Amino acid sequence: MTRTAPPQTSTEPREVTVGGAKNGSKRTIPAAKAARFYPAEDVPQPKKTRRVAQIAKPRASITPGTVLILLAGRFRGKRVVFLKQLASGLLLVTGPFKINGVPLRRVNQAYVIATSTKVDIGSVTIDEKIDDSYFTKTRSSKGQSAEEEFFSAGQPKEKEPFPEAKSEDQKTIDSALIAEIKKVPVLSKYLKASFGLSKGQFPHQLVF
Amino acid sequence: MPDQSTFKRFVEVGRVVLINDGPFAGKIAVISEIVDHNRAIIDGPTSGVPRQSFPYRHLTLTPLTVTSLPRGAGTGTIKKLLEKQGTTEKWNESSWAKRREVIASRKKLNDFERFGAMLKKKQVRDLVRKEIKASA
Repeated sequence: MTRTAPPQTSTEPREVTVGGAKNGSKRTIPAAKAARFYPAEDVPQPKKTRRVAQIAKPRASITPGTVLILLAGRFRGKRVVFLKQLASGLLLVTGPFKINGVPLRRVNQAYVIATSTKVDIGSVTIDEKIDDSYFTKTRSSKGQSAEEEFFSAGQPKEKEPFPEAKSEDQKTIDSALIAEIKKVPVLSKYLKASFGLSKGQFPHQLVF
Repeated sequence: MPDQSTFKRFVEVGRVVLINDGPFAGKIAVISEIVDHNRAIIDGPTSGVPRQSFPYRHLTLTPLTVTSLPRGAGTGTIKKLLEKQGTTEKWNESSWAKRREVIASRKKLNDFERFGAMLKKKQVRDLVRKEIKASA
């Protein structure tokens, strides 16, 4: 028979003085009373899983500096440079922003084509602060509905400017990266152009 | 009745064929002997095709032939005649073979190289356009 844990209100057991010569004068009383009954039937306990989700390894073709083609999302078709894999398993990429308008961004490797073109990113230092939490939005004023938040005094809220610090981070990474890209002829133009399939072209028959 | 046929290429002993399927696809060989309506014995000692029976449906006839090749000639004879008549060189110089080579090399380009090829093509187009405009 399995026993269900008694509900706990206060955690500390209490000490009480008791009368009577043979009662030892003191007694500890548990904070929660033990259940008076055992359950008549077995309560099935869910099995605890000890498995932990592992982060996905990037494909062998995706190494730092690889030019990737984004396949989904707002920047689909864009060619971007892979910087590193984040702790969540997502890939950190940048356009660079100045070349094709793709900012520092996280992408899932499933939505990416890896090309055989590599950019040497040995000279690019990626700040430690650029991790997964760097990309999460901060939610302000809990409990307020999106509508309430958007309108204040009958007026739609002013658009918040892009944080200065983030655009600085973008610039520091991009400047080093662009210097490397400039070394290879046409590469900058290549990154600026977006990918597409023309008639009679099939991705499984192409060499990337 | 017209005496001459309009056909120019025949399945005949000595006909140079292009193999379209199997492990020797893309290579040329010579018909050594005709087995039946479906297959022939082909041999390509200069192109690395071993002597074998091969169905016509996976062969394409080329305009080249090895002349005065006796029926059922062995690999040695075929090799000698091929070298003497310079058939392999003739094939390699043909626009057909050259075009095939270009297509094959284009297929091997990676995404970046394809982009570069596109730019080169654009340049050529622009040059042609300017020349035409200047001459007109």
